[in-house]
Amino acid sequence: MTVEQIVSEGKDQFPIGMRVLAVDDDPTCLLLLGTLLRRCQYHVTTTSQAKTALKMLRENKNKFDLVISDVHMPDMDGFKLLEHVGLEMDLPVIMLSANGDTKLVMKGITHGACDYLLKPVRIEELQNIWQHVVRRKKKDRCNSGSKDKPHPDSGEAAGIGNVDNNGKLNKKRKDQNEDEDDERDENGHDNEDPSAQKKPRVVWSVELHRKFVAAVNQLGIDKAVPKKILELMNVEKLTRENVASHLQKFRLYLKRISCVANQQANMAAALGTADSAYLRMGSMNGLGNFHTLAGSDQLHNAAFRSFPPSGVLGRLNTPAGLGIRGLPSPGTIQLGHVQNSGNPTNDLSKLQSFVPGNHNTNILQGMPMSLELDRLQHNKSVGHIGELPTTDSTTVFPGSGSLVDARITGFSNNPLLGVTSNSLMLEGSSQQATSHTSVSAIGFQNGNALSDFTSIAPASNQLQDSKADSQGQASPINCNAGQIIRSAPQEWNAPRKDAPYQSHASINSSFPINSAMIQLGQCLDRNNSIFHRTTDLDSVGPLNFVDPLSIKHSEGDNYIMEPSVIEKEGYLMFQPRPHGSHVPDNTGSLKDLASAMMKQVPTNLSVLLQEGDFGCNGYSLRTSI
Amino acid sequence: MERNPIRRQLAIMRQSLFDQGHVDEQFVQLEELQDDANPNFVEEVVTLYYRDSARIILNIEQALERKPFDFRKLDAYMHQFKGSSSSIGAKKVKAESTLFRECCKSGNGEGCMRSFQQLKKEYATLRKKLGAYFQ
Repeated sequence: MTVEQIVSEGKDQFPIGMRVLAVDDDPTCLLLLGTLLRRCQYHVTTTSQAKTALKMLRENKNKFDLVISDVHMPDMDGFKLLEHVGLEMDLPVIMLSANGDTKLVMKGITHGACDYLLKPVRIEELQNIWQHVVRRKKKDRCNSGSKDKPHPDSGEAAGIGNVDNNGKLNKKRKDQNEDEDDERDENGHDNEDPSAQKKPRVVWSVELHRKFVAAVNQLGIDKAVPKKILELMNVEKLTRENVASHLQKFRLYLKRISCVANQQANMAAALGTADSAYLRMGSMNGLGNFHTLAGSDQLHNAAFRSFPPSGVLGRLNTPAGLGIRGLPSPGTIQLGHVQNSGNPTNDLSKLQSFVPGNHNTNILQGMPMSLELDRLQHNKSVGHIGELPTTDSTTVFPGSGSLVDARITGFSNNPLLGVTSNSLMLEGSSQQATSHTSVSAIGFQNGNALSDFTSIAPASNQLQDSKADSQGQASPINCNAGQIIRSAPQEWNAPRKDAPYQSHASINSSFPINSAMIQLGQCLDRNNSIFHRTTDLDSVGPLNFVDPLSIKHSEGDNYIMEPSVIEKEGYLMFQPRPHGSHVPDNTGSLKDLASAMMKQVPTNLSVLLQEGDFGCNGYSLRTSI
Repeated sequence: MERNPIRRQLAIMRQSLFDQGHVDEQFVQLEELQDDANPNFVEEVVTLYYRDSARIILNIEQALERKPFDFRKLDAYMHQFKGSSSSIGAKKVKAESTLFRECCKSGNGEGCMRSFQQLKKEYATLRKKLGAYFQ
């Protein structure tokens, strides 16, 4: 077997031609290893320096399929190299050592080694190492595609407060996730060929939802019939039935938002409490480490409850969207801004009026932490914002309870369209228990949420114009949340905190957003950082609520989303655009935010964030963690 | 025809290496890796081994001169030595290095010294035999 042979064979004849990087300081062993591997028809690169190996790996992550490394090396400990490779390149690593101590082997495994071989290494052992590559690939595919199927379960379980809702949501989400996962590999694959599958679910991605909302708005919410919408959307493989069901959900969402908005108005009085709640939330969120948020699911819930949903929304926007992994920060910020520009005060009040315990909280809670956006992709549902009633900011989704439910289910369709109220509730399906997926799952459950958001965003824009009220706010927030959420999902673990929430502030007007954001954050946090954005809600702060939020935000990541937190609260309530024309500007900012967020957000989040664009003030991200 | 006696001799030598326990199955693996593409693979590996192991032995000797013994370091060296020895199938040498490591672990300085002497002897024998084999 010559090397040339191996090279020419390429990867098609896997495992022949598998590219292995061998690292061993002992030249004898290295030569032997290299020769053995070549005998197995692998493509081998050898080096005696761990640092060189790392450099090679970093140069091009796709250059190698597998790494074999000695444990004892002079320049770097084999385990360290193992860690690096695992973290940075996620390649399977096999440890090699003359020492077969159980302790050492254990250490290798805990550090992430795929296998541990003893010297002298025999060719039989090397002949099967390709299995690790296959296994890893499969796992990756699974993870990215199905967003951690296992998680959905956990994530769902973690759903916020509303067990029922969550449960339902979870289940739904799970199904959707699974479906989504299947369909989602392309992330943009709207429909699968109906004929091909039993009942392929349409993945209402952000893009799709945005189109949907745009179409609906164009037609006018009254005149929007599925057929026409379908035509306007002009998306292949989308059936009228898909649109119809999505529209139905969207309408529900809008209704919910309007209820929330109304309640918000009532809650104005409650604002006082809300503030504190918010503060709490803010603090929670502000913690920046969504963890707090996440951890305090209860807190969130409570917090959300106390403060007007609007706050939540605000939060949601930011944190969630932002949280999403830190991505959103830019995006989220925008949201916050958007909102703030509106009528912060109004919104705030509205937010406050968010039924502290009511809907808002629900919303928040409902918000599946899916906001966690990590999985935001899944979280489409987050976009429920749709319901944002055009009412005054109160629309924030007081009916969170209902919203939540609606969200959960309807996320996919996201009444967002109706986001007039801007109360996009981003449901952060925190479910992502493992945090990534759940959030996204929730919010995005079907991606619809996300798409909703997108639609909301546009809607919010519209709203803004028309409503100037909080609506504008909400949507941005939502967007943020969405974005946050979205962004969050991706990295969840690490990033989240920072970026996402920062943007909260933009939520300004959307105090609710804050809450939402917070929720998002919470939810997101769970998921990872999705909700960090919630902290962004701070930006919403101007709204008044925002203050508390801002406080929180200052923390940094803004509660949003400590993924753990978010999961619970999930609700990012995006404050629906303040009806009172609070947010005229906000919406704009929201949009920006949303867009920013959206950009940041990896596909998943983007969906959410997009929603934000709508300026759905009432984005309530439900993170049903 | 002329080669036959040589070959036979080689075979005998080889067999004695095994019989005397100087090399083990790993050596066979090395031989199997030798083919047309790598005609002198075994020799290459062994030569490499000589170079590397000589270096290690030197290190160990130096370490043994410093009192008190730095067992940790000694153990590390020996671990390395053992690894490469086992890679070429140097059975006796490997066994001896295991002993050495035991002494290190138990802090047996005396034992280390003794073991090391023994190890050096085995190592020298191996080199001689293998050298003759390859000639």
